[in-house]
Amino acid sequence: MPINPKKTDMPKQAPEARVKNFTEVALGYDEADALKEAARCLQCKKPLCVDGCPVNINIPAFIKLVGEKKYDEAAKKIKETNSLPAVCGRVCPQEEQCELKCIVGKKNEPVGIGRLERFVADAEMKAGNIEKNVVKLPEKKIAKVAIAGAGPAGLTCAGDLARLGYEVTIYESLHATGGVLRYGIPQFRLPKEILDIEVDYLRKLGVNIIVNVLVGKTIPIPELFKQGFAAVFIGAGAGLPSFLGVPGENFAGVYSANEYLTRINLMQAYKFPETDTPVRIGNRVAVVGAGNVAMDAARCSLRLGAKEVYIVYRRSEEEMPARKEEIENAVEEGVKLHLLTAPVEVLGDEKTGRVKGMKVIKCKLGEPDASGRRRPVIIPGSEYVMDLDTVVSAIGQSPNPLIPQSMPELKIGKWGNIVTNEETGETSVAGVYAGGDIATGAATVIAAMGAGKKAAASMDKYIKNKLGIS
Amino acid sequence: MFKILKKRDVSPSVKLIEVEAPLVANSAKSGQFVVLRLKEGGERIPLTIADKNKAAGTLTIVFQVVGKTTQELATYKEGDFIKDLLGPLGKATDFGSAKNIVCVAGGVGIAEIYPEVKELHEDKKKVTTIIGARNKSLLFFEDELKTVSSAFYVTTDDGSYGRKGFVSEVLKELLEKDKSIDLVVAVGPVIMMKVVSDLTKNYGVRTIVSLNPIMLDATGMCGACRVTVGGKTLFGCVDGPSFDGHQVDFGELMKRLNQFKDEEKNSAEIYKLKCPECR
Repeated sequence: MPINPKKTDMPKQAPEARVKNFTEVALGYDEADALKEAARCLQCKKPLCVDGCPVNINIPAFIKLVGEKKYDEAAKKIKETNSLPAVCGRVCPQEEQCELKCIVGKKNEPVGIGRLERFVADAEMKAGNIEKNVVKLPEKKIAKVAIAGAGPAGLTCAGDLARLGYEVTIYESLHATGGVLRYGIPQFRLPKEILDIEVDYLRKLGVNIIVNVLVGKTIPIPELFKQGFAAVFIGAGAGLPSFLGVPGENFAGVYSANEYLTRINLMQAYKFPETDTPVRIGNRVAVVGAGNVAMDAARCSLRLGAKEVYIVYRRSEEEMPARKEEIENAVEEGVKLHLLTAPVEVLGDEKTGRVKGMKVIKCKLGEPDASGRRRPVIIPGSEYVMDLDTVVSAIGQSPNPLIPQSMPELKIGKWGNIVTNEETGETSVAGVYAGGDIATGAATVIAAMGAGKKAAASMDKYIKNKLGIS
Repeated sequence: MFKILKKRDVSPSVKLIEVEAPLVANSAKSGQFVVLRLKEGGERIPLTIADKNKAAGTLTIVFQVVGKTTQELATYKEGDFIKDLLGPLGKATDFGSAKNIVCVAGGVGIAEIYPEVKELHEDKKKVTTIIGARNKSLLFFEDELKTVSSAFYVTTDDGSYGRKGFVSEVLKELLEKDKSIDLVVAVGPVIMMKVVSDLTKNYGVRTIVSLNPIMLDATGMCGACRVTVGGKTLFGCVDGPSFDGHQVDFGELMKRLNQFKDEEKNSAEIYKLKCPECR
């Protein structure tokens, strides 16, 4: 039978319905979809897809199990190397990773690996089999390890170390776990109930999670070593947001995407005044930037009742860093793209201090810059004013400064990042490891997970070496 | 969960609680703050640490009843629990090499300046304290501050206690008389800190103010607490809360503090209707 050239479609909520709610947009495969998609996998002898996966999932093996309707076995197979499959199946940019390398993808659309991963994880959840499928770990632990930050990097590092036989404690500064998975990614892309179940899976592996502790402030890192932790992993994540660098950026109503999304997702401002944290949206919102975070902010704005939502981006559609499917989702929902447009000044009411608009200027693309992308060049005289109630700056952030500030011996790079060996996560301090945004600057969830994984392996080596265990 | 061990009213609108938080008490320094969230669905609010007891593992927090969360916290009793509390946050106040310091406080700032006065006193510095309020009933901590101050002044706007007038008037007289004053620390309402900073600028005396911008995570992630200092955007939770008063854009700070005024009022009013103890 010839292979179906197209990926099995992902069922979705219709745009006109979903733009009025915060429930998940992509509905997930049913069993028939999953079997149809699993049949597209060639079961390559030398699978290239696995090379494309930062957490090394044995992709052909789990897809084979799906084809055999052994969904629990498929879930166990994924969880051998990835503790967060329901999260990854939803938010990984598979098109740049496993699916980019998929052999089927050379001539046709690649196998929907991410969609299948999500199907497997959701099937295990729905069947209520997570607890039953937890691997049995030895009671006697090798040593204690501490992890700063319960985001993607920290959770992954914790899961791997727990499976390797360590007693793991995660310290999280916020009142809830998940890091960017909770405060950043909206409910309609990653339901928090799903995140809760996967974090709970780590607890079932024996990981101890303590919230309301900011490592470096509440407990200094040297104190952790004094308390008997053999190694520490820092996954402190995102830090101070970058603002636009134009006049007027401190008017009320100019938010960083971090603030905007944290109000909405972590603090559930969309339920205000039932919840206590407000967010003010108004009728017209401009989001500056074109990454996934910008799309999330734009799509949240629509759901919170904004009438007009614009993405303002100084390059063209081709250079937009967001996932293609997120851009499509946003446009389908009514987000308007103001491309080749750069902010010049945020305009505000001097008396109230509130935003009332933004002066922008048209750009064209010139020669490629240091990043390899074509540089935007402003077109003189092309300024115009957008009337706005809210401006969201979604142009990135620097690594979190607090742990570096608290530990001067930790070597810091020029962007404020903790300098690490990329392969091992080692920092300049013996026994201290780091990974994710704190080490690389803003990147993806899965890149952070990959870094957590590599660090776990080298922490294991370091501790065993120190303890004389081979 | 963080247990409230003691609670008392220090004035009709200002309450003091002592909270069990051993890790925070162990690391806290003067000028630092905590963020707390009372319960599920609650907001995160920053409150200055007024005192700590390392041995007992407790923090003293003094707060003014202004919005919904502080109204609700005011109904909490000894033995009740605060769901979330994070700290110590922000940088400890850096007094530099100052030797003759005037500490000026108004409103709930009277509690917030206490750990700083105490630290300066313990470091054998000359420290003069001026506190002020609208009227006598809003004053507190007089004895506590007196015992750690070299000289002590009280003002009330209406003259119901101490000297009639503003803290800035006493400060002006001191600056005129004593040219060896090399640092002023001001904690209190934004307008008071602005007036003090404008005054000390004329005398060229370094001035530290403790700012209270809106915060959300308070861990250097969201940027809500940004303030313009010396023309640069800085962050209250990471670079502050103490800043050079001569460099702060107070006008912008006041506008940013009013960002959610309508929502805050709405939230507080809804709460008041539901809460019999608050009426």
